[in-house]
Amino acid sequence: MNELITWLTAAATWQGETGIPFRLLEHLAICAVSIAAATAIALPIGLYIGHTGRAATLAINLANIGRAVPSYAVIVIILPISLQLFPEYGLDLIPTFVAMVLLAIPPILVNAYAGLREVDRDLVEAARGMGLRERQILRNVELPLAAPVLMGGFRTAVLNVIATATIGAVVGFGGLGRFILDGRAKGIAGTGELLGGALLVAVLAVAIDLVLALIQRRLARHADPQRPGTDAASDLPEFPLPEMQPGRI
Amino acid sequence: MDIRWDWIADNWDTILGAVWQHLILVIVPLVVGFGISFGLAVWAIRQPKVYGPTTVITGILYTIPSLAAFALLVPIFGFSMLVAFVPLTTYTLLILFRNIVAGFQAVPREVLEAADGMGYRPRQRLLRVELPLAVPLMIAGVRLAAVTLIGLATVASILGSSFGGLGQLITEGLQTFFPTKYVLGGVLSVVLAFVVDIVLVRVERLATPWARARAERAGA
Repeated sequence: MNELITWLTAAATWQGETGIPFRLLEHLAICAVSIAAATAIALPIGLYIGHTGRAATLAINLANIGRAVPSYAVIVIILPISLQLFPEYGLDLIPTFVAMVLLAIPPILVNAYAGLREVDRDLVEAARGMGLRERQILRNVELPLAAPVLMGGFRTAVLNVIATATIGAVVGFGGLGRFILDGRAKGIAGTGELLGGALLVAVLAVAIDLVLALIQRRLARHADPQRPGTDAASDLPEFPLPEMQPGRI
Repeated sequence: MDIRWDWIADNWDTILGAVWQHLILVIVPLVVGFGISFGLAVWAIRQPKVYGPTTVITGILYTIPSLAAFALLVPIFGFSMLVAFVPLTTYTLLILFRNIVAGFQAVPREVLEAADGMGYRPRQRLLRVELPLAVPLMIAGVRLAAVTLIGLATVASILGSSFGGLGQLITEGLQTFFPTKYVLGGVLSVVLAFVVDIVLVRVERLATPWARARAERAGA
């Protein structure tokens, strides 16, 4: 505990490219970029599968693969390929980033699919009967109703990338995981840094998940004002079907 | 990248040993986690008020990234196995608790009433009627928890060599710049996850013979 306070109050802990603000920014930046990249890939595919009902087995298989493939394994499987393709920059950013994108795709895609599938087909047919175009049905009927489930997918994806970015420190990436590894390397003298880094990562993950949970709750109220939806259970990531629950990284 | 197959052939014992250690790293927390979750689930079914707070607390524990969770315990437990076992156990709680509760809730009310009408006492009804019918969702939870733990158990080795398992192959391989070893550790952890998942699907079939009988009757 004393070591933690000593580390947290040291001026060097807060300054420069090895300080908390810079590392935090690094961590958040790579998370944001990889979530954006994963969304750009996964959301259109998930919405297409969900809307048309085509290639549903793809979504289910992806859910299974996504949860069986752990982040540390993905990083080290990508590492040699990355080293070969980019001999100078193969470490560090590339394997971490690629792993983060790969691990964020399954929950976003699968929840987009499952969210749309859960929308009452009668509503979609009614919308079609009213003369809405497919694109309008998707935007005005299906998306608002599926929004909470979609958000559940994002929550899982965000947790995955925060955790994976932390592990990225093993292959030389910066971010908050750096403190854990550097603290560990210093042995007893690094206890404060190890603990401080771990605490920062834990608080960051819990805080961001809380914010996303609140957004998810609002979306749920908006989607279905009749449903109570205020019980604590709805604060947790949506697991649409037992066989499609997302895994933790 | 060249995979050194000769290294794999020469170090078969080490590799199998790592797989075995990895299974221990997964099975111990899984069993402990199941026990805790089962107790919490039975409690939550009798007292619905318990459900909300339990999912919130286990949900927060589930949210903490694994490397951070292990690191937080190092100052307390040193590099003993508890550093790996405690977070791995807490990661199972949310998944198992919710699936066990869902399993019990999936038992149709008529079935419960029929059991009561036949004179089952509460404990008998729990063991002979509710438990067997809750098995499929429980095993779905165990599958997800097991597969999740297989991945997370690799991460503990980043902090020290005392935890063993496939993560140890990965970490040693990285430290010695030996791709064969770290790629093998990564690939084996993925393979192990799939194998364990398939095995548990088989277990579910064996544990619910009536489901198969029903399917056969429907087919005939």
